[in-house]
Amino acid sequence: MNIHEYQAKELLGRYGVKVPRGKIAFTPQEAEEIAKEFLTGDSVCVVKAQIHAGGRGKAGGVKLVKTREEAREYAKALLGKTLVTHQTGPKGKEVKKVLVEEGCRILKEYYLGVVVDRGRQKVCVIVSSEGGVEIEEVAAKSPEKILREYVDPAVGLQPYQARKLAFGIGLDKTLLGKAVKLMTGLYNAFVGLDCSMAEINPLVTTNVTAKDGEVLALDAKISFDDNGLFRHKDVLGMRDLDEEDAKEVEASRHNLNYVALDGNIGCMVNGAGLAMATMDIIKLYGGKPANFLDVGGGATREQVTAAFKILMSDENVKAVLVNIFGGIMRCDVIADGIIEAAKDVGMNAPLVVRLQGTNVEKGRDILRQSGLNIIAAEKMDEAAEKVVRAAKA
Amino acid sequence: MSIFVNQNTRVICQGITGEQGAFHTRQMVEYGTKMLGGVTPGKGGADVDGVPVFNTVDEAVRITGADASVIYVPAAFAADAIMEAVDAGIGLVVCITEGIPVMDMIRVKRFMEGRPSRLIGPNCPGVITPEECKVGIMPGHIHKKGSVGVVSRSGTLTYEAVDQLTRLGLGQSTCVGIGGDPINGTNFIDVIGEFEKDPETRAVVMIGEIGGGAEEEAADFIKREVKKPVIAYIAGVTAPKGKRMGHAGAIIAGGKGTAGEKYAALREARITTTESPAGIGKAVLEVLEKV
Repeated sequence: MNIHEYQAKELLGRYGVKVPRGKIAFTPQEAEEIAKEFLTGDSVCVVKAQIHAGGRGKAGGVKLVKTREEAREYAKALLGKTLVTHQTGPKGKEVKKVLVEEGCRILKEYYLGVVVDRGRQKVCVIVSSEGGVEIEEVAAKSPEKILREYVDPAVGLQPYQARKLAFGIGLDKTLLGKAVKLMTGLYNAFVGLDCSMAEINPLVTTNVTAKDGEVLALDAKISFDDNGLFRHKDVLGMRDLDEEDAKEVEASRHNLNYVALDGNIGCMVNGAGLAMATMDIIKLYGGKPANFLDVGGGATREQVTAAFKILMSDENVKAVLVNIFGGIMRCDVIADGIIEAAKDVGMNAPLVVRLQGTNVEKGRDILRQSGLNIIAAEKMDEAAEKVVRAAKA
Repeated sequence: MSIFVNQNTRVICQGITGEQGAFHTRQMVEYGTKMLGGVTPGKGGADVDGVPVFNTVDEAVRITGADASVIYVPAAFAADAIMEAVDAGIGLVVCITEGIPVMDMIRVKRFMEGRPSRLIGPNCPGVITPEECKVGIMPGHIHKKGSVGVVSRSGTLTYEAVDQLTRLGLGQSTCVGIGGDPINGTNFIDVIGEFEKDPETRAVVMIGEIGGGAEEEAADFIKREVKKPVIAYIAGVTAPKGKRMGHAGAIIAGGKGTAGEKYAALREARITTTESPAGIGKAVLEVLEKV
């Protein structure tokens, strides 16, 4: 699960990560009010579009404002606008809220991130002196500018590790304590909230020479491990359904794994590996999968029905392939579910069904006796061939 | 011969009184697995179809002499269950549970350092040595005793591959599901290394998928240390970037972990690959005919 920048900053603030003062605005008037509160003397504010995608700055979603009128005007221009960044896809995402923040005098930008290193099976803290650009770019062009520390989960991130990273990117020594505190806070938030990725890009330093120099998280991006969310009800409350695909949301309500794709052959499969393999074989036979849909190992009849409804509601779908290898799951249960759903929503696309495994004969009988127009297949390649042909007809 | 489990493996089930645990305990007993006991805290003294239930793994091990455990405990409590089994000295811990938080698994892995147990999974179908011992949830009847070793990150896709093998008359020495999570107990390298040493195994089927770098590491290992033929399939050629494909570990993150990269690494290591999931059995047959 992903959350917005303003939510990430709120969470990180609780863990001692220093973030700029800011508030969320849903209307231009609100943006003006917030700016009025923050603007004093020659200070500035930043108005930032809140969507679940990076690259907002380049797409015109971030603007520096000097007056509250400017804040209002810019918020007005942004709210309701569709922002297209390199991460949103060509359709872009509609801006429904903006973050109004206190500006700061940036001295230098850095990168700070925390991820799970799958190979080493540990949490890894990453820093770079190259801030404000994509870390993948830095990794490709100048990998020597990326520093890593792997954390022993028994003791957590140690101050010496944070110091190594801070000195490594050339942070001024007057800011060392603040940098250690921020990194430790980010690590603790990562582990404490079951994150899968936390990124502060840029991390900035301000006014080093004066005593009020700061290390600040100017941006913040957090993704969560869905499996850990059961213990973080407050984080679950931050989910923004507007940012997600409607069909994916509906699927998740039934505990189905669904990912929308841009092809025209709908798939329903039990098991994630087999579901991917089914998409792959459709492509191998010249078709394009419309989705990934895993009904899981122990799917119930209700789940199968819900899955079927989601598939049939996709107007791009020209044919559907059901590929079930019954392990724990019984083929007769699947067959019942398909029939129930077909009767309920109506079949507006040809359906190819491949059942294999436990109670397969019973399942095939149920389908045969249903009177529905179902194309049966025994093997996976045969099923792929038939569904691709049906989609083209 | 076989790897990890055989007819002498003495198994207990953690979470035996739960719906899944009870169902699969019956299935395993039916298959011929030596199911000696189960554990559910607070239900010690009960039994599941004659299989005795204990309060702790420690007690179950002392009384039954179990050397393997299979875990069906819900995700929130599964990390604890794994550590309990490891602490009780269980040699082989197979965790079926799906949905364990990554942070829990990181702590489990740290806990296991320096302890001799092997963990398989989590989020896996388990291990089966056909006609001897089934420790997991796979449908036993599709397997057949033989000489092809199977290792996979997936469940049903493994059944698909095994079914193809069996239909072509190719039996299996042992089939190991290492699971679809980003952090797991046993990886391709561990399993393929064991198959290389196992005199019964003549060829190895490796089924990978997008996400992480385990397949690339395995390719490197096979190139250096494995003489037996390996046939590989990678799922997820059509998977989009940045989307989790069901398995927690199946995600192309930061542009890394694509099926294309994995196929390239495998081919570079001169491993036979098949791009069709329907062609796994046939590919093994062709390789074995050449040997």
